[in-house]
Amino acid sequence: MEYLSLFTKSIFVDNMIFAYFLGMCSFLAVSKNVKTAAGLGLAVIFVLLVTLPINYLLNTYVLAPDALIKGVDLSFLSFIVFIAVIAAIVQIVEMVVEKFSPELYSSLGIFLPLIAVNCAILGGSLFMQQKDFLNIGEASVYALGSGLGWFLAIVSLAAIREKMAYSNVPPALKGLGITFITVGLMGIAFMTFMGISL
Amino acid sequence: MDAKLKETILNPIFKGNPITVLVLGICSSLAVTVTLKGALVMALSVIVVCGISSLILSLLRNTIPGRVRIIVQLVVVAMMVILVDQVLKSFEATYAIDKQLSVYIGLIITNCIVMGRIEAFALGNKPWPSFLDGVANGAGYGLILIIVAFFRELLGSGTLFGIDILNRFGYVPNNLVILPPFALILLGCIVWVQRSIQKDLQEK
Repeated sequence: MEYLSLFTKSIFVDNMIFAYFLGMCSFLAVSKNVKTAAGLGLAVIFVLLVTLPINYLLNTYVLAPDALIKGVDLSFLSFIVFIAVIAAIVQIVEMVVEKFSPELYSSLGIFLPLIAVNCAILGGSLFMQQKDFLNIGEASVYALGSGLGWFLAIVSLAAIREKMAYSNVPPALKGLGITFITVGLMGIAFMTFMGISL
Repeated sequence: MDAKLKETILNPIFKGNPITVLVLGICSSLAVTVTLKGALVMALSVIVVCGISSLILSLLRNTIPGRVRIIVQLVVVAMMVILVDQVLKSFEATYAIDKQLSVYIGLIITNCIVMGRIEAFALGNKPWPSFLDGVANGAGYGLILIIVAFFRELLGSGTLFGIDILNRFGYVPNNLVILPPFALILLGCIVWVQRSIQKDLQEK
């Protein structure tokens, strides 16, 4: 039951985009049509699911105070370790996917390198460090939930933007400006989920 | 100062602002703008990280092999961010702000402005202009941050830097302004104003 609660919470209440603005850059840049948006969303879910548990293990068994050597606190190294893990994993994932599933590669391919600097991925790991998860299961569920939340956000924004192409927007607001305001309004809509717990 | 250096400094602040024109580094810019103090600390951190990592990577630019440059960049930037984070943690006055900014200090590493400027400018230019370019882009980012934070703190809490401004006149703080989505709407309005003035930026 706790897993379910964590899962729904990380999708709706702690939504990466609407509550924390993580991964905004690629969110705004790649949301012009639904198909590419879904591709990037899938890639984010995938990379989060791989990197977050690994960073969880590293954080608990290497970086936490007294974890590796008694009396040594390595937690100041966490930024550099997390980003190195993410960059390395993204590289490996890219190679593995290219080798074993060329179809998936051609649909995810161009997005994978982008993801190494997607704040949602590093943000996921940093939030994991803050939330003190009890075991790797919780960390994985959190990763899946936040990835799905991100996916949901980017696909719905892309759908709205596709429709918006036909509407009459003031010239100065066209493109970036109206997209910001749309995301803001979507964020307000997502706030209705606040306080839900299962 | 010659005209080219002046252009390097002024362009990122207004005409080529990293947030409103290049759409880089949005992630962190919105979450830290609830209070003016937090925004100011964040802006200074980004200026320091952006300026110094541009300087370091510009010094290294002829020795880094092209294939591993992204990893080298990430390591240098991460190192700078760790330094900034440790400095903020070590003073009593800034410790509380560091706690309030929470993960967003760490997220400077993946702030696209830093990486973008290194990739686009520092790797092809001499150290001094690269340093100035980094600082100027950090400042352009900071400017937007401070504008957004000014309105959010003034309308959301009725204060500026924690000092009461509007409340004494019977102003009731608007909680909507504190909520994250409002930062986006405010940013949309800033883009609107800027593009109404600079017509050449408008999208078709």
